[in-house]
Amino acid sequence: MSKPKNPWDQGNPDRLYILTTGRASTDKDLRLDLVTLIVARSETDPGLQPEHAAIVRMCDYPLSVAEISAYLTLPVSTVTVLLTDLLTNDQVEARPPVPVAALPDVRLLEAVMHGLQNL
Amino acid sequence: MDYRTFDTHAGPRTEDILPASTAAAVKVVIVGGFGVGKTTLVGAVSEIRPLTTEETMTQAGVGVDDLAGIEHKTETTVAMDFGRISINEQLVLYLFGTPGQERFWFLWDGLFEGALGAVVLLDTRRLEVSYDVMGLLEERGVPFVVAVNTFPGSPVHAMAELRAAMDLPDSVPMFTCDARERASCRDALMTLMRYLYTLTNESPEPQ
Repeated sequence: MSKPKNPWDQGNPDRLYILTTGRASTDKDLRLDLVTLIVARSETDPGLQPEHAAIVRMCDYPLSVAEISAYLTLPVSTVTVLLTDLLTNDQVEARPPVPVAALPDVRLLEAVMHGLQNL
Repeated sequence: MDYRTFDTHAGPRTEDILPASTAAAVKVVIVGGFGVGKTTLVGAVSEIRPLTTEETMTQAGVGVDDLAGIEHKTETTVAMDFGRISINEQLVLYLFGTPGQERFWFLWDGLFEGALGAVVLLDTRRLEVSYDVMGLLEERGVPFVVAVNTFPGSPVHAMAELRAAMDLPDSVPMFTCDARERASCRDALMTLMRYLYTLTNESPEPQ
């Protein structure tokens, strides 16, 4: 962050609490990484909360959890709760990151190097 | 960030949309102190304009003891910039620029979990900070390479001197990098990948 501002800005937590109705993300089965890709399964349902609808709309094509958080200007933990709702109701699908053990797979590294060469 | 303005049509620009075939992502973390050029590096190689994600934490208010019995907590928000590089039609690489202090890392649960590795942007003005960062990465088992950002007018350090000062083993790549230059930043990532490749080939085959 090269911005010359205090990174510990005060937020407005009330709205976040309302959005998630006070829930914290606890479901271990739906563990979402910052780079888990989210893709909508269907069109937005008119009955959805605006935040849920906005996620479904922007995930027409794959988008990472980090990008959703950035576009909605919502903390990752809040986005995770909203995504858990959408995943439970099958409105979006999650594509987990490439699993990386202690050391990454050689073929994965080769693919990344090839991609970087094309930059 | 202002939570009060909520754009229901927020989302990526048309040119920033990933192909539907994108199946999975990988991540690399760029670690460095304030003002060493993390966001500059991310921006130099990212195909999208760097975005900012944030996390909130609850802190006990200062002077709680003075307010006998009254719980006083404040929410603080910490931001992290990131960028993206499409590797191919199926794979996408995300780059996260994160401050070196461990207290920031706790906020992003799993930031380093599953990361390919890290690029440490060395702060030549405060070597002890970078020294601590490298210790933390080692503890977490995150492989890293060390880049020295060459600012115009920044003091020129001999690499050997810096390596000795940082107590960095010869096996860990250390190089200069101009965070403003795309090619230089790409080379930094390439160095990390080659280093990981070496580590992978050196590790004993699982029997």
